[in-house]
Amino acid sequence: MGLDFSVIPPFYGTLALGVLWTIAITATSAVLSFFGGILLAVVALYGPLVVRLPFRFVSWLFMGTPLLLQLFLIYFGLAQIGVDLPAFVAGVIGLGFHYAVYNSELIQTAMVAVDKGQMEAARTLGLSRRQALMRVVVPQAVRDVLPPIGNNMIALLKDSALVSVIGVSELTLSAQLAIGRTYRPFEFYAAAAVLYYVINLGMEAVLRGFEKRNRLSR
Amino acid sequence: MDVELILKVYPYFLKAALVTVELSVLTTVLGLICGALGATARFSRFAIVRFLGAAYVSLFRGTPALIQLFLLYFGGPQIGIQLDAFSAGVIGLGLNIGAYMTETMRGAIISVDEGQGEAARTLGLSRAQSFRKVVLPQAMRLMIRPLGVNINAQIKGTALVSAISVVELTYTAQRYIGSTYKPFEMFFLAGILYLVIITITGKGVAYLDRRARLQ
Repeated sequence: MGLDFSVIPPFYGTLALGVLWTIAITATSAVLSFFGGILLAVVALYGPLVVRLPFRFVSWLFMGTPLLLQLFLIYFGLAQIGVDLPAFVAGVIGLGFHYAVYNSELIQTAMVAVDKGQMEAARTLGLSRRQALMRVVVPQAVRDVLPPIGNNMIALLKDSALVSVIGVSELTLSAQLAIGRTYRPFEFYAAAAVLYYVINLGMEAVLRGFEKRNRLSR
Repeated sequence: MDVELILKVYPYFLKAALVTVELSVLTTVLGLICGALGATARFSRFAIVRFLGAAYVSLFRGTPALIQLFLLYFGGPQIGIQLDAFSAGVIGLGLNIGAYMTETMRGAIISVDEGQGEAARTLGLSRAQSFRKVVLPQAMRLMIRPLGVNINAQIKGTALVSAISVVELTYTAQRYIGSTYKPFEMFFLAGILYLVIITITGKGVAYLDRRARLQ
């Protein structure tokens, strides 16, 4: 069976919808992982011991096991305890939390590296500990690790393909739907690869723009 | 937590963990070979070879590993590549992690001080000699730790081959989640085994790194 790329055009709509869902799930999870990462970092460094230790343990667990396994846990596990989430939401939680843990590791390192004087000065100026943390220390720390966080976001885009296995009809599943109708796996997976590549390039361009603006604002 | 169930199914998970280890080892070896070839290509004298190296890295890092795996396993037969699921898994994941390892190795080589290569050339070594005997040994020391990070990611990446039905840890966990409706227990079992594999590998990498630094 040779290759015949003319099977693709009838499925432009299916693939376009898949691209939109991929972008939607990536963007939602990225936002969740960004703010989740900040929250996790603050708790891991400044939370009370009873909170800190379980957080550390869960982080370790999520960094040491495959994302795919975590998606199964969230999708089927939450259903098990009566929380029946739509696949999209389960996917966003899975991807968002997984990358929040990774972002948190970056932010923690950066927070520790922020000069102690910053916190002291903010406190002296009358800010509460929490204000000083959220308005002085965290913004500086986050700014320092924006490029590696951006790399995580790119990795997140590619890992969004995994949510196809729990039935989110993003790009990978859209390609599979078309393959189910045409029995042309090579053509459609190749098409999906090209589309991912293009989204990837777009995302890199956006991130570079952010980084440049961030550097200028220093 | 249903301990009885865990005790009943854990032998199957152990067997599956061995498959995961096997996949990890083979993929790492293939990834290192691809990485070495890729990095060599990126430093080639010939523009076309440099371009091929860069294209390899860009394409494999720019698309999801899952899609690469599907393309190879399901799409392969259309272009005359017929592989069983396990081989497709090793080759697909190996090529994928090889692209990341190419960049790791390239980064390590670049971070060796330029003067080292220049000094070697001045002392009369050829381009190839100065690279092999002066730059590379120093770069090797620098690349152990970041390659360890790649290997860690790649061990977790082996979970993807469950999607082409290779019976490894994630596939086994998924199957038992389906048949027992006990997702937490199954996640716990598979999770512990992944953590054991990753922790041991991490310790091994740290040991190599320490030894390399002592020299």
